[in-house]
Amino acid sequence: MKAKTTDKIATFVICFFALFIVALLVGLLGFILARGVSHISFDFLTSAPQTLRAGGGIGPQLFNSVFLLILTLIITIPIGWGAGIYMAQYAKPGKITDFIRLVVEVLSSFPSIVIGLFGLLLIVNTFNFGFSLLSGALALAVFNLPLMVRTTEQAFRAVPKEQKEAGLALGLSKWKIITSILLPAALPSLITGTILAAGRIFGEAAALLFTAGMSTPPLDFTDWNPLHARSPINPMRPAETLAVHIWKVNSEGIAPDSKDIAAGASAVLVLLVLAFNLIARWFGRVVYRRLTAAKRMD
Amino acid sequence: MEPIEGKAYMEQNKRSRGMKERHYWEEWTGRIYTSVCVVFLVAVIVSIVYFVASKGVATFAVNGVSLQEFFFGTKWSPDGEPKSFGALPFITGSFAVTVLAALIASPLSLCAALFMTEIVPKSGKRILQPAIELLSGIPSVVYGFVGLTVIVPLLRDVFGGQGIGILAGCLVLSVMILPTITSIMADALSSLPGGLRESSYALGATRWQTIARVIIPTLLPALLTGIILGMARAFGEALAVQMVIGNAPHIPQSLLESASTLTSVITLSMGNTAMGSVHNNALWSMALVLLLMTFIFVLLVRLLERRNRI
Repeated sequence: MKAKTTDKIATFVICFFALFIVALLVGLLGFILARGVSHISFDFLTSAPQTLRAGGGIGPQLFNSVFLLILTLIITIPIGWGAGIYMAQYAKPGKITDFIRLVVEVLSSFPSIVIGLFGLLLIVNTFNFGFSLLSGALALAVFNLPLMVRTTEQAFRAVPKEQKEAGLALGLSKWKIITSILLPAALPSLITGTILAAGRIFGEAAALLFTAGMSTPPLDFTDWNPLHARSPINPMRPAETLAVHIWKVNSEGIAPDSKDIAAGASAVLVLLVLAFNLIARWFGRVVYRRLTAAKRMD
Repeated sequence: MEPIEGKAYMEQNKRSRGMKERHYWEEWTGRIYTSVCVVFLVAVIVSIVYFVASKGVATFAVNGVSLQEFFFGTKWSPDGEPKSFGALPFITGSFAVTVLAALIASPLSLCAALFMTEIVPKSGKRILQPAIELLSGIPSVVYGFVGLTVIVPLLRDVFGGQGIGILAGCLVLSVMILPTITSIMADALSSLPGGLRESSYALGATRWQTIARVIIPTLLPALLTGIILGMARAFGEALAVQMVIGNAPHIPQSLLESASTLTSVITLSMGNTAMGSVHNNALWSMALVLLLMTFIFVLLVRLLERRNRI
């Protein structure tokens, strides 16, 4: 009988802590949204921040985050997908493949601040890109690449072997098989993985402090010439992203409503990251349904 | 008849040679393109190690700070007279928050993972798994913000003092690393070698006996892998910790005192120092310590994985 009592107690404890975690999440999200959503308005989302007075917005920061995300994806997608394809299709088991796997593993566990510092040293100073969107995008690319390589490899490995064999039977070259048979089949999970990675890039701040910088020049949203200093799409201008802004407002904000701004900006950031997650899930489900003609998916 | 046949033959031969050439080129574009991507990855990691190490070593090689002073010195006054560069307070701070965060998060994560895989696999997967994934998606600055607005005032009310310090830091970190540890543990639990669980139940063991005497001992290396990866994340986390830990350059005497970590000092001071100064180089040495710790964590994970395979 004693064993049964222990079992009951253990089950209770495990359930209690599991539900505690759910409660923690609900509380966390609830707090962030309850504290911040009331502060979100069209004006807050579009106006420029204020240093000393109350009523600053997050317009430029929001724009910078999105623009930086796009730049980063432009850099990471070709390299990350390429390296992932190599790992899934070309790499033969052996010392070199093991080494590359180790490289990806180490790269993905580097602290993001170390990647930021590396960006500061190599990209900002040595290449002389300065604190700029481009430097930030390159640093984020380093941060994001290992994740991308891993999801790409998994996506390609998940394609049924018969598809590849059918291509070989038709006498196609390996690269032709990869681009015209395997890539379309792997694309849905590639895109899902990329959207999830995008969510992570969006919230990253430590790698950006020393690369994209902590300030934004006054932007002129009517000037779309990428070479002008005040143009929003100039890749060589410094840019403070939403996540960096939250950090800065929290640690050195002197505006009277800096707490509210941090709360509002946090809520916006969390909502956007949630949106990335939901879109990735929704997209995965829709494509799965279309490909398998399944009525529902568990 | 014959010459035509010969011509057709030649034609076909030519076409198939063209095919072969195209094949050849296609094959090589693919191979070269993907190889270049991989070489790029290797180049990135080599240059990260090279640049950080060359800066980090300069503190000792160029500026003549002794290794002993850096690793065991307790006095950090880069602008004082005489200057001293003891990084021990920050190293202690980093290890303290990391270990404490792992101590808080690991049992919770184990419970969550067991709940998902052993107790209610179906609804656990439906409720807890998405919750864990969402938790891991929340950006670290948001954790820092919540820590600053909820945990710090709470600690201040309960224990008095300022509220900022090691305890606040490790509480924030433990929530941050919870999803990492849980998802790795849950993966390990659901990949338990077939039959072990069933045989234990067949012998009449209760669920807890099965978990405690069969499942956990069998999967111990995999479970530890989760904890190590969580610790690696905690050790390298910069902004959330910096916001709540207080950033005083001393070794704290209690959990409620303000302290610093390697990452928080780098975050705060790197922008204010001139490149090439001793102060700046000492910060790079700290980055080098972070880098070396990453290698140690990866090494530990590899050792555990090897153990797990047998």
